[in-house]
Amino acid sequence: MKFRLVKDLIAKYLSKSLLILSLSVVVLIVIGLAMKSSPLLDNVNLFHILTEKNWSPQKGNFGFLPFIMGTLWVTLISLVIAVPLCILASTYLVEYASDRLRISVLPLMNVLAAIPPVLYGVWGVLFVVPLISDWIAPIFNINITGYSVLAGGIVLAVMIFPIMISIMVEVLHTIPKELKAASLSLGATKWETIQKVILRKARPGIIAAVVLAVSRAFGETVAVLMVCGNIPKVPQSLFDAGYPIPALIANNFGEMMSIPLYDAALMFAALLLFVIIFGFNLISRIILNRLEEHA
Amino acid sequence: MQISGISITGSLFLIIGIIMYKGLPYISWEMISQSPKGGFYIGKGGGIFNAILGSLYLAGLSTVLATLIGIPIALYLNMYIKQGSFLEKSSKLLFDVLFGIPSIVYGAIAFSIMVWLGIRASLLGGVITITLLTIPIVVRTIDELLLTVPVDLKNVTKSLGATTWETAKVLIKYIKPGIFTAILLAFGRAIGDVAGVLLTTGFSDNLPKYIDEPAATLPLAIFFQLSSPIPEVQGRAYASALVLTLIILIIVICTHILASKQKKHKI
Repeated sequence: MKFRLVKDLIAKYLSKSLLILSLSVVVLIVIGLAMKSSPLLDNVNLFHILTEKNWSPQKGNFGFLPFIMGTLWVTLISLVIAVPLCILASTYLVEYASDRLRISVLPLMNVLAAIPPVLYGVWGVLFVVPLISDWIAPIFNINITGYSVLAGGIVLAVMIFPIMISIMVEVLHTIPKELKAASLSLGATKWETIQKVILRKARPGIIAAVVLAVSRAFGETVAVLMVCGNIPKVPQSLFDAGYPIPALIANNFGEMMSIPLYDAALMFAALLLFVIIFGFNLISRIILNRLEEHA
Repeated sequence: MQISGISITGSLFLIIGIIMYKGLPYISWEMISQSPKGGFYIGKGGGIFNAILGSLYLAGLSTVLATLIGIPIALYLNMYIKQGSFLEKSSKLLFDVLFGIPSIVYGAIAFSIMVWLGIRASLLGGVITITLLTIPIVVRTIDELLLTVPVDLKNVTKSLGATTWETAKVLIKYIKPGIFTAILLAFGRAIGDVAGVLLTTGFSDNLPKYIDEPAATLPLAIFFQLSSPIPEVQGRAYASALVLTLIILIIVICTHILASKQKKHKI
């Protein structure tokens, strides 16, 4: 009899310690990254690192501006493409589409979410890059290889479709039917109802979905690295090559040991990425949890 | 609106279609069943069996570990801890956030720990990194599943005098198909990840035999072969991509079947 209770206690404390261990990984990551990147911050001040354009580790110049701008460019391009498409598609799925269509489309989104980044990268190299160099760039009379921030943005846009669609569909489902009915009974057309009632009511949820997608886009490494060109310069136009932060870490990790402060700089990049993404995720999750509680 | 819906779904078929179109001409039995021979990377004989096997080992091991760690955590969060308490809410939130942390950050930190301890890139390093990456997936999926269990079932079991641990075992039986879904999800993420293994697992032309040796993985094989200027090798990259796509599709289909089973199971 006693043995059962002991077993219960063992299970309790074992699972509790597992929980604490796995959560302490977060603390470990922050402390580890901060410690590793501190040599860089001791030598140069933070503001200078973030705004300096010049990246030449051999000479001891660690300017992160090209990488920050590269990340921002690809993220913004992907948002410009994905946000309107996803809002329209998810309202269509929730408000207009038949149940059968909805049930058959949502699993396809899961397939899209399950495709690994490297396959997106292969697709980008095989399809998006030639598309840009052979079809889009000639319209503007530019001659380029196609490896550009635009290619990165397009690939990223497709990668964040599934996360945005699945969250937006869920958010749209939480909107009370009465609101819709009231608006329709006042004589508003369906489109007016969607525009002025549903989307307005769903705004916090949609914003949360976008923020979540942004943090996914920030951290995406390999797919973007494969199509972006990777030149450490601040991109000036859609067709310039860019060099996002995750690509910087992935490309240079092997060789960083020989140059002083190089590893500290890369660790600083990882820390930057971690802090930004952690913050973004936290904000959007809190918004989404609130919405769920109210629904 | 319809157009936007079509273009989003269309992008999926476009991706799979293009990989199939490019990969099919290059795929052969030799590709799948042999390890690289001399001169493989300049277009001579051999295959990517080492990478397929390495990926399966890596994903399999880390999924097993993540499941063993993740299920007790999810149970603890739902059964032992006071519901609605600060610790419960904040740990669930934290797992949600961890789910979004990119694998390159995990890879970077694991790499620097390995350098610090003097361990070289190996299958073990990769397994640890990918396990950390997949724990949040397992915890959150199983947590969601546990919420769907009827409260009555929990209460009935407890009223019969069962301890919390025994109740937990009943609940696990109830959500069994869902657990397989969580495992498959974690496996899919583990097998497709590149950034984490790029820094920690290394690459090798040999079949993986020991856990402390570097091992090839499929996504990395695709990545390396694609950057080669030789058309033969690039073709192999397409074929490898096709293999990875097929693995992922099989996983997704299994997940889908299991998920619909779980739905039927419920009343």
